[in-house]
This record gives sequence, C-alpha cells and structure tokens, in this order.
Amino acid sequence: MHHRSRVLNKMRRTRLALIMAALQAASASALAQSDAVPAFKQVDSIEARVQGCVTCHGQRGQGTNNGYFPRIAGKPAGYLYNQLIAFRDGSRRYSPMNYLVAYLPDAYLREIAEHFAKQRPPFAAKETAPVDSATTARGQSLVTAGEPSKGIPACIACHGAGLTGMEPGIPGLVGLRPTYIVAQLTRWRVGDRHAAEPDCMKRVAVRLTDADIAAVAAWLSQQAAPKDPSPESSNLVRMPFACGSQR
Amino acid sequence: VSKLRLGLRILVALAVLAVIAIGAIVWMHPGALPNNPKAVATNATTQVINRGEYLARAGDCVACHRMPNGKAFAGGRPMPTPFGALYVPNITPDDDTGIGKWTADDFYRMMHTGVSRDGTLLYPAMPFASYTKVTRADCDAIFAYLMSVTPVKQQNRRHELKFPFNKRDLLLGWRALYFNEGEYAADAKQSAEWNRGAYLVQSLGHCAMCHTAINALGGSSESKAFEGGMIPNQNWYAPSLTSNREAGLGNWDIQDIADLLQVGASHRGTTYGPMAEVVYNSLQYLTDEDVKAMAVYLKALPQRDTEPPPTSQARLVNPTVMEMGRKAYATQCAVCHGDEGKGNAPAYPPLAGNQSITMSSPVNSIRMVLNGGYAPGTKKNPRPHGMPPFSHILNDDEVAAVVTYIRVAWGNSGTPVAPAQANELRTLLPE
Repeated sequence: MHHRSRVLNKMRRTRLALIMAALQAASASALAQSDAVPAFKQVDSIEARVQGCVTCHGQRGQGTNNGYFPRIAGKPAGYLYNQLIAFRDGSRRYSPMNYLVAYLPDAYLREIAEHFAKQRPPFAAKETAPVDSATTARGQSLVTAGEPSKGIPACIACHGAGLTGMEPGIPGLVGLRPTYIVAQLTRWRVGDRHAAEPDCMKRVAVRLTDADIAAVAAWLSQQAAPKDPSPESSNLVRMPFACGSQR
Repeated sequence: VSKLRLGLRILVALAVLAVIAIGAIVWMHPGALPNNPKAVATNATTQVINRGEYLARAGDCVACHRMPNGKAFAGGRPMPTPFGALYVPNITPDDDTGIGKWTADDFYRMMHTGVSRDGTLLYPAMPFASYTKVTRADCDAIFAYLMSVTPVKQQNRRHELKFPFNKRDLLLGWRALYFNEGEYAADAKQSAEWNRGAYLVQSLGHCAMCHTAINALGGSSESKAFEGGMIPNQNWYAPSLTSNREAGLGNWDIQDIADLLQVGASHRGTTYGPMAEVVYNSLQYLTDEDVKAMAVYLKALPQRDTEPPPTSQARLVNPTVMEMGRKAYATQCAVCHGDEGKGNAPAYPPLAGNQSITMSSPVNSIRMVLNGGYAPGTKKNPRPHGMPPFSHILNDDEVAAVVTYIRVAWGNSGTPVAPAQANELRTLLPE
C-alpha cells in the first residue's frame, strides 16, 4: 500500500515535470514565434514595408527559431545590399528570396539593407548541441589562427576580431546557426555562391574540407554574444586576400 | 589737373575693361542646360528611336530577350514549355549572332507573320499572334530602336524540344488552327481612346498570351479571348478579364484599373508574380494617357461568365476547418488585412469582396500564403509593401483552412480549398 502510493506519487511528480517542461517549451516557442508574426505601428514606415521579411528573419532581423534562416540584424549595409541585389538578379540562388525581391528597385533594396544594418536586437541563446572537444579545438584554431600551411587565413582576419563583420561588405558571423554556415561555405566551395571578383571567400572555401567547415560552424555557434555587435570599420587591417566586396 | 584727368581716364578705362572682362567671362561660361527640355531639338531619327524604345517597353521584349542579370536583348534565356525548353534569341544588332543584318522589311515580316529572316517558322512562344496587330510604322520604330542598342556577340542556343515538337513543319498546322494574320483594325463605333487601349492590349501588350487559356497544343482560341487560364510552367492562374467573378473590371473605377496596371497596386487589388513582372518591366513606363486607354478598353470588355456561380452546397465549409482558418487569420493576417478583411489599400490589399480571392481557382491565394510576395517597385510606388511567406509556419491543413476562411468570410462567395491543393503548390519552387 505504502509502496503503491510512493509509486503513484513518483508518477504524479514525473507527469507534473513533463507538463511543466511542455509548458516551458510551448511558451519559449510562442515567444520566439511572436518575433516572426507581422506587427508594425504605422503603415507608411519602413517597419511596415519590411513585414515581408519578418516570418523568416524576425521583426528586427534577429532571426527566428527556424534552424536555417540567418540573423541579418547589424550586418554591414553594403553586405546586405549586395545580397539583395544578387538575389534579385539571380546571381545568388535561393528561390524564396529570388521570388520575393525580383521586382524591387536598387534604391529600395538599399533602404531595406540600411534598415536591418541599423538594428541591434539581442542575440538568441547560443546552441548547446554536443560537439567533441577535438572538433571545437579545430574550429577555434581555424577561426582565430587559420592554417597557414594550407593557405587558410583566420576568419577573424576579415570578419573582425569580434566576428561582427567589417564595413562595408563583410558579414558578421556571430549569431548564425551551424546549418546556415555549413550550407554557405559548402555552396561557396562548390561554386554555387559567389561574391564580387576578386572573390576572396571562394579562395578560402576551396581550401576547407567538410570536417573543417563543420568544426568552424560548430565553434562559431557556441560563442557568446559580443559586447559590441557593430561591424569593424573598413580596412583598419590589411586583409589576407583581396576582396571585391570591399571596394 | 592734367595728371588728375589722366588718372581719371586710366581709372575709367580700367573700369570699362573690367566690365568687358566680366561680361566675357559670363558670356563664355557654359552654365547649365536650359530647363525646358522642349528647347532641345530632337531630329527625326532620334524621335523614331525614342518612340521605338517606348513601344519596345509596351511589348515587354526584355522580359524574355534578356537573361537574368544579362545584357538587354542578348537573349539566351531558357523558356520552359510543356514541349521542352526554348532558348530566346539574341535581338541586338550584332551582325553575326544578332539581327544586325536584318532589314526593316525582315523585322516587319517576323512581327507580322511569325516567319524569321531565313524563312524559319517561329514557335508561338514569341507572341506573333499578338504582334501581327502592330502597325508597320510602330514595327519600324521598334526596329530602329533595336538597331540603336549596343550589339552583343552572343551565339543563340538551339532549342531542346521533344519529338515531335522539334519538327517546325508541325507549326504549319498550328498556324492554320490558331493564327490570324493582320494589323489591328480600328472599330469606328468606339472612341479613339478605346481604340488606342484595344490596340495596346491586343498587340504589343500581348495580354492574351496569359489571360486566354492555352490548350494541349499550345494554342488559344479567339472565341475564348481573355477568359483566363493557368500559365503553363509558371503555376500561376491568369484570371479571366471578362468575368466579374474573376478579374473582370466591369465594376472597377478607371483609376483603379490604371493604378493596377501602371503603379502595380490599387485600392481594389495588387499585382504579384508574373503580372508584377509585366508592370515592372513594361507597364510602369507607359504614359498616363496610354494606361488610361487600356483601362477604358479593359473595363468595356463584354462580360461573360463561362461557368455558373458555385452552388450553396459547394460553398459549405466544415466548422472545424473554418475555426482553424479563423485562428490562423487572426494571428498572422489580421494585422495587415484587418479583422474584417478590408485591408489597408494600396499597401495591403482588401480580401473582402476581392475577386482574385474568391475566383474559382484558389491557386494564386494559396501561393501567396505559402510564398508571400512584394508588389513591383515602380516609378509611382518605388517602396512597395510586401507579404511574408508562411510555408514554414502553417502546415497544409492550416494553409487550406486560412485560404478557405478568406474565400468565404465577410460575405465572400468562394468555395473551400483542400489540403492536397496546398500540398501540391508547396512542392513547387516559388517564382
């Protein structure tokens, strides 16, 4: 009898814990999801005009709880503008984006880019996917030191000491999820994604292996939010490769 | 005294010299061009080329004769058709790879009869069934313009059509069935404005290419003109322009029709997808007078409904579905389109009483919910509002429910949509 009530008690507690966990998960997802729901104050405003972006990139460009869509807030305006133009003209291929911006003029794409470049929303909690320490170490070493024997420069050499990017054309890497980073580096390596010539990122990507890419993506996704999320000023440093997007 | 006089004379002489010098500087300085553009005389050739450029815009040549990100008129763009891929030719004036060696007669024959310079029959992806109605003078102006653009050396690609469609002789049969040669003939009973609109819609505008159903042979019959149909390979539905239950414009204001065509957004509805492309590349460049003429003609098209309105039985909606749709609408849609579906036009189109929502084909509404869309950025609306995609947020049941909801709520007269229809369109790439 006593034993039975203890079991029942334990079951009740487990059930309660499960319900609590489910509730927490639901509220977390509702919170994250609410960032992805259209909302604005005034119709004649840039906030209202960029509602076409928010279900994937979040109200302020912070990203959403979807694993793929990247954070765009605070990336240099020049970089965001180059991407919008490339999506519109088809030189960067991702059909949902190609379709959305197909008939938008340069000046408007510039305005949209500048809007999201100015945003400073908080960063999402970092990912806690288990990665073995060897992979983490390899990722950290590639990001911070590169691998000179293979001609691989450190990510921080161009993407900024705080990995927040560099004006005008180099994106920040903090706050991006591993799926997105792996997909982009792989696309660059196989020649599916390009930047303005000379395409410095291509020169880096072709020197990376699948394992390198996975390690870099894993380490980047584990980094804490930067104190100052703003991109570095242009050309404070000599970059290891010439980049068309910095001209 | 004489010294004083001499000094005075020298001063006067210097003053005169200074005035002359200043005058010379002012007179010789180029300055800005006069403000009035009419003061700049354009010779006859320039006028013809300018008119040709305008008409080439009205014909939307670049929509096909340019690769995305490619040089205008250099061709190369693959056009998927149900019969295989066609590759659009180079129409820049390059002697070897373009139309540099063509004459105005060659060009007119091609536009008017669909026969190329060397006698080859053109595939009807080139809208010569519409362009046949273009006047000789307008064809000559377009030709003069095309001759004036920068030649691009770019070899044409061979078409990749399946047998038997790769046999051009078959086109003789197609032409016998579907091609009526002849320039536009004005209707004396109608106004000059109506005739101008009819000319632009029927000839250069080649609206019938999408807004008239295309049958299994890639032909469309004149008796069904503007009755609407699916656009092959694009999976958008081009609504009927002759039915007030679709995009029939019988009860629209002229200004709203003109805005839809030229601005891309109006108080009654907004253009997305293939029609946004037409506005972006072509119609936004037309004059207010020409756009109004098109609106006058389109509004006056005879109204004929090809099918009866849906029965009340066909309009019955499962209450669970309705509730699911209402919830999704309240969460995701109402912020822009309003609780009562009234929208906030022209930024956010109304859904209540909107024919493009209630028309029998739900394809466009489903696509908008899945992929979102921006109205085209035009001279009169350079910063359009846009709708976000929901394909990653709503599942097939929810997409079908919310589209069902907007088709029947607020007195809308549409019919419910099945989740399978949402699923079918989800698997397609947005374009």
